[in-house]
Amino acid sequence: MKNFFATRTGIVTAGVVIGSFAAVLQKVGNPANMGLCMACFERDTAGALALHRAGALQYIRPEIIGILLGACAVSLRRGEFRSRGGSSAVVRFFLGAFAMIGALVFLGCPWRAFLRLAGGDLNAIAGILGLAAGVFVGAQFLKRGFSLGRSRPAEGAAPGWVLPAAMVGLLALALADFGPLAPDVTDKVAPHAPLWISLGAGLVIGGLAQRSRFCTMGALRDLFIVRDVHLLLGVAGFAVAAFALNLAFGQFHAGFAGQPAAHTQQLWNFLGMVLAGLSFALAGGCPGRQLILAGEGDSDSAVFVLGMFAGAAFAHNFALASSGKGAGQFGPAAVVIGLVFALVVAAIMTRRRPA
Amino acid sequence: MSKQVDTRGLSCPQPVVLVLRAIQQGDQMFEVLLDSEVACENVRRLLGSRGFRIEETQAADGTVFQVSR
Repeated sequence: MKNFFATRTGIVTAGVVIGSFAAVLQKVGNPANMGLCMACFERDTAGALALHRAGALQYIRPEIIGILLGACAVSLRRGEFRSRGGSSAVVRFFLGAFAMIGALVFLGCPWRAFLRLAGGDLNAIAGILGLAAGVFVGAQFLKRGFSLGRSRPAEGAAPGWVLPAAMVGLLALALADFGPLAPDVTDKVAPHAPLWISLGAGLVIGGLAQRSRFCTMGALRDLFIVRDVHLLLGVAGFAVAAFALNLAFGQFHAGFAGQPAAHTQQLWNFLGMVLAGLSFALAGGCPGRQLILAGEGDSDSAVFVLGMFAGAAFAHNFALASSGKGAGQFGPAAVVIGLVFALVVAAIMTRRRPA
Repeated sequence: MSKQVDTRGLSCPQPVVLVLRAIQQGDQMFEVLLDSEVACENVRRLLGSRGFRIEETQAADGTVFQVSR
């Protein structure tokens, strides 16, 4: 059957719907300019699991669960679920960890970078430029033959099912209000939309993103490598829809200072996202896309997602993450280490292969 | 026998990069092996935009594109 969402109208539709969900989720309770953020939501989920205990950053985000399971359900239905893996998993783990650290120095995944801009946060511009620069560097390695190696079909179904099963487990814990997962905070828990709305939105977004291959990193990468704007049109639809609804909901406030969950140190906004963009490019997808692939049975992407959880824990346990005041004490050093790691991996794994 | 581009098991955008390289080397007729629907869509889009014709067949372990201009 022809896939409508693989067409130009389809990808724009997907982007518009996902961007609209982001604005609505903020309206009904998610944090400001954070209707959707894969990095922040994985960080909050890591916090709820006590991998870190940063105040007010602890909550099992049903959006994450929904997106992965939505993609899982749709890929099963379309016969695209395949348990597979074996492409440099440990490298992907560390790329995921460093990508998360870079994203938390900027304060957002690429989705949130565009949502911040759509909410009037002009600091996001430095982050988006950094993302583009990181993806551009990654694209140069990809054009020269960079590869983390081929994945193979798994011998059995288990590898592809571990992360979807874990998400079902997380959902059960969230629904049961499992005591030990209660946030260890004195002031307040992370602001959030009602659970069922978050979960439902996540399922729809996961399904749409699976069909359309929506990917913010891929949008820039395809522009750099093949001058193809297909995915970029989806991202444009995403940002424009969020912007329009933000205006309608009174959620648009233009400026640099005092933006929600943001800082004004543009060098670190930029370099944090260079690290994130390069890591996403080498690993083949932005955090949202990695969740989708993990839902399709790709255990390499599942390892990348787990790396992001580990990165979030490191970021908040060791003062790497930024705050409203600016970069964390050791954030800049971590970004430099991450860039060295990603560039060394890129150089080692690039070889001119015969076409 | 025409040249073969094996993209099986490669993640985005490597299938596209390999096919692009074949085009840039001036190949007018070649075969592409693919094992994911995403790669099929991406390679189809690239070849379509470069004016190639594709004949698709299903094999046991994926899809085969016979590409010609």
